[in-house]
Amino acid sequence: MPAFEVLVEVTLRPGIADPQGATIERSLPLLGVGGVSGVRVGKAIRLTVEASDDDEARRVVEDLCARFLTNPVIEDATVSVAAASMR
Amino acid sequence: MAATVGIVVFPGSNCEHDVAEAVTRLGATARLVFHKETSLAGADAVVLPGGFAHGDALRPGAIARFSPVMAAVEAFAAEGGPVVGICNGFQVLCEAGLLPGALQKNRGLAFLCQEVELVTVSERSALTADVPSGTCLRVPINHFEGCYTAAPEVLAGLHERDQVVVRYADNPNGSAGDIAGVSNEAGNVVGLMPHPERASHELLGSEDGNVLLTALLKSAGRPAAALR
Repeated sequence: MPAFEVLVEVTLRPGIADPQGATIERSLPLLGVGGVSGVRVGKAIRLTVEASDDDEARRVVEDLCARFLTNPVIEDATVSVAAASMR
Repeated sequence: MAATVGIVVFPGSNCEHDVAEAVTRLGATARLVFHKETSLAGADAVVLPGGFAHGDALRPGAIARFSPVMAAVEAFAAEGGPVVGICNGFQVLCEAGLLPGALQKNRGLAFLCQEVELVTVSERSALTADVPSGTCLRVPINHFEGCYTAAPEVLAGLHERDQVVVRYADNPNGSAGDIAGVSNEAGNVVGLMPHPERASHELLGSEDGNVLLTALLKSAGRPAAALR
């Protein structure tokens, strides 16, 4: 069975306050950096998934996202499936 | 007969004995229920106490909601039994979908440990039954992720259906609508960030939490709970 490296990026949904992102953005002038905005903080979750193909790997992880890895009230997830490696 | 309060203990719960002490002083029988149990063993009311279940890994409450005991809690709630989540317990109930909304990091990104002034809103929830709306209570909070968040239409629904249980007089954490605690539509499932058990004795600086816990014990003896 091939194994797929899957990356889940969890971000706060549009319109949900992101105090960490706002704090980082406010600190940028202290570093002398201008022209950077829209800072949003999320989290990355990496998984190795055994599946027959990348569609199945994606389905497994998207189901996990809906039920467990994100809270749909405040978070969205983007799932990226990398090329398979044989185990 | 004295009400029996089942207090669920997750790995990382740390307020279960405080809740047990508080309800025992009010005349109830407290029984700790481990998260791996599948029955509430005759409890008349259930409390999910504060703490850091599973170390708050992923999100507070995200793992605890899949504990074996939660199926029993859901069944108990569906039959009208009073269920109260305090702090981390509130987060677990939201994650489990037993309460609407979610709890985010405090708006100021500070861990807050202080006494706050609460104002009761609903007079029908398991925690505020027969407590006159507008009653002011001094109760401590102790949390990092207590900013109550819900979609605007959900918030509007909470107000329309009398599901706001307590609000902050002076919002400490950015919660939408100053909400400190909410109930489900039926009013028997309640979650709140403040800790009534930590305001249950004069030595703790306030006894105001007893107003809420007394209402819970009263709710435990009501017909809805007896349906089980």
